Amino acid sequence: MKFMNEFRDQAVVEQYLGEIAKTATQPWTIMEVCGGQTHSLVKNGILQMLPENVRMVHGPGCPVCVTPLHQIDKAVYLTEEKGVILCSYGDMLRVPGSKRSLLESKASGADVRILYSPLEAVNIARDNPGREVVFFAVGFETTAPANALSVLHAYRTGVTNYSILASHVLVPPAIAAVMNDEKSNIQAFLAAGHVCTIMGVSEYEPLADQFKIPLVVTGFEPVDLVQGILMAVRQLEKGEHKMENQYSRVVRPEGNPEARKVIETVFEISDREWRGIGNIPKSGYEVRAEFAAYDANRKFDVDIEKVPESSECIAGLVLKGIKKPHECPQFGKKCTPQSPLGAPMVSSEGACAAYYHFSQVMS
Amino acid sequence: MEKQKISMQLQCPMPKLDFDIITLGHGSGGLLTNKLLESGVFELLKNPMLDQHHDGATFCLGGPLAFSTDSYVVSPIFFPGGNIGDLAINGTVNDLAMCGAMPKYMSLAFILEEGLTMTEFWEVLVTIKFAAEKAGVQIVTGDTKVVERGKGDKIFINTSGIGVVHPKAQINKARVKPGDKIILSGAIATHGVAILSIRQGLEFEADIATDSTNLNHTVASLLDVFGEKIHLLHDPTRGGVAAVLNEMARDTNLGIELKENTLPVHDVVASACELLGLDPLYVANEGVFLAVVDPEIADAFLEMLRKDQNGAAAAMVGTVTEIHPRQVLMQSGIGGKRVVNMPIGEQLPRIC
Repeated sequence: MKFMNEFRDQAVVEQYLGEIAKTATQPWTIMEVCGGQTHSLVKNGILQMLPENVRMVHGPGCPVCVTPLHQIDKAVYLTEEKGVILCSYGDMLRVPGSKRSLLESKASGADVRILYSPLEAVNIARDNPGREVVFFAVGFETTAPANALSVLHAYRTGVTNYSILASHVLVPPAIAAVMNDEKSNIQAFLAAGHVCTIMGVSEYEPLADQFKIPLVVTGFEPVDLVQGILMAVRQLEKGEHKMENQYSRVVRPEGNPEARKVIETVFEISDREWRGIGNIPKSGYEVRAEFAAYDANRKFDVDIEKVPESSECIAGLVLKGIKKPHECPQFGKKCTPQSPLGAPMVSSEGACAAYYHFSQVMS
Repeated sequence: MEKQKISMQLQCPMPKLDFDIITLGHGSGGLLTNKLLESGVFELLKNPMLDQHHDGATFCLGGPLAFSTDSYVVSPIFFPGGNIGDLAINGTVNDLAMCGAMPKYMSLAFILEEGLTMTEFWEVLVTIKFAAEKAGVQIVTGDTKVVERGKGDKIFINTSGIGVVHPKAQINKARVKPGDKIILSGAIATHGVAILSIRQGLEFEADIATDSTNLNHTVASLLDVFGEKIHLLHDPTRGGVAAVLNEMARDTNLGIELKENTLPVHDVVASACELLGLDPLYVANEGVFLAVVDPEIADAFLEMLRKDQNGAAAAMVGTVTEIHPRQVLMQSGIGGKRVVNMPIGEQLPRIC
C-alpha cells in the first residue's frame, strides 16, 4: 500500500528507536492521548521495543471509552421505548450500558444499525419518513464535522425525522484535566494527529506553556509514533516545552477551517461528563438551540435514571494514565472483552482491550 | 467473472413457467412442489441417483469416509464473484477436502422465503450445477421448504457431503508437532471484504470479488505427492485465520509463531481493511486453506502449491513451537511482537 508501507518500515523504525535509546539519559513518562495511537503502539509491539526508561501511558482519547453510561442508556431507551432506528458507529454497540448494550438491544428486536457515515443515517431517515432516525454522534473533534454536516444535510434537504444524540468530547480540556490531577506523573504528550487535522495546532501551544510540557502532534503509523516519541524525548532532555508537529504531512497549522465552520454552525461548547473521569468544564459539544429539532435530547423526552458506574472498574485511573490496564485486579479475570466491566475493555481503541488483545500474556 | 456468469445462463436458460415467484405452496410437498422440481430443477442437477426421485440415495463407497455438513445464510445472496449457491457447494466440498477426503456425494436442502423470484432461484441453481460439476460431486438427495415472507432471508441452504479419504492422507490435529511449518494457500480476507463491500454499499476503485472455489483437486494433488507429511489442513472461514490458529494452539497444546510481513493480502483488500478498521487476520475466507506440514517438505509443498491455479499467492507464514503453548504470537511488520487472540464476535468497525 503506497503512502502506508513507507510508515511501516522496520529499518526506519529501528533507526528512530536507536536514536531514542541514545537520547534518553533518564526515565521519562509520555502519554499518547489518542486511542488510535494506543492501538497502534500495542498492535505493532512498539511498547516492548522502546528502551526501558521511556514509559508510555495511555490517555483518555478513546471516544467509546469516555461516553458516559447515561448516554448509552439513553440510546438503548430511544430504540427500545421510543422505537427509533438507532444508527451508530460499530464499536459503540458492544459497550455495556447499565442494563444492556446496543448489541443486546438489537438481538432482542430493536432496530439498531451499524454505519460508517452519519450521512447514511440521513438517507435512512429520508427513505423511512414514518420512522424517527437517531444517529449516536460520538467522538472527538475528528468525527464532529461529519456529524454536524449530517444535521445541515437533513436541514437543507427537508428531512425532519432525523436527529443526533450528541456525545462529543474535546481533547485540550482532557489534557488539562490529566495535568491538573495531582496523581498525574505525565511529562510529555503525543497529541492526537487526526483531531489536529481538523482543529489545527493553535490550542496546544498555550497548553505546553501552561503546564510546561512538550506536546508533539503525532500520527498513527509505527514510524510516526517512534518519531513523535523521539521528538518528545529530545525536548525533555533539553528541558524544553513547546508544541511540535510530527504529523505535518497531514496536519496544517490552521487545521481545516471549512470543517471547523461546519462544527461551529451546528455545535456549541458545553460542559461534559466523561465516563470514568467525571465532569470536565467546557469539554464537549452540544447541538445549538437553532438546531434543536435535530437534537435527540430535546426532541425526545428522555428522562431516565442515572445509574452509577461499576465500583470494580478503574477506568478513570486508566484513562488518566495513573494505572496501566493490567494493574487492575479485574483485568482478564472478571473483566474481559466478552464480559467487560467498563468501556476501555470494549473498544479496540480502549487501552484495556488493546492490552488484552495484543499483549496480555506476554506482559 | 461476468462472462462466466452469462455463459452459464446461456447454457441453462430458465424454463418457461406459469409462476414467477416462490409461494408457500411450493414447499407443501404437493402438486406445486412437484411442479417446481419438475420445472427444471431435477433436469438441471440430473444424475442416476437423483433421477430416482426417492426419499434418499443409496450407494456404495469403499474405504474410510469423511462426512461433513454446513448451512449457508449469507446476505445478500448475490455478491461480486458468486452467490450463495457456489458457496454452499464449495464450502462443504472444502470441509471434506480439509479432512483429506475426495468429495463424492452431496445433499442439498433449501429453505426458501416466500416471494423469492424464480429468476433469482434459477440463477442460484445454475451456479450450484456448475460448482458441483467443477468439484466433481453429485447431488444425490435434497429437500425444499418454503417459509412465510419475513421468516427467512430469500434463501438458506444446507449441504452435507460424503467423501472418500485419500489413501495417503493422515490429517489429524494430534500429528501437529513443534517445528511444523504453516502455509497459507492464498491471499486472506478477500471473501469477507467482498461481502462487506456490498452489504455496506461501499464502493472501492477496484471490485473485490469473492475467492470462493473448490479446493479438493488442489488438496488431492498435494496429498498424492506429500501424503502423511501433511499433518493438518483447515479452511479459515468464519473468524478468519486468527480463529483457526487459536483453535489449533488450544487443541494441540502448542504455540504458533506468525510473521506479519509474510501474510498474503491483496493490496486492494488490505486498503479496504485499513479504511474499514478491520484486521485481515479476523476476516472470513473461502477459497483459501491453511496447511501444517513437516518442515522437511515445506519448501517443496509451497513450490508445488504456487504452481496450482488456487495457490499462486501461497506463502509460508509461520511455525509451530512449544515455547508458548496455546498461544498465537505474531512478529509485527516492524519487528515487534503481539498476541493474536481468538476473535470475540463479529469484528466491529472502529469510529476513527
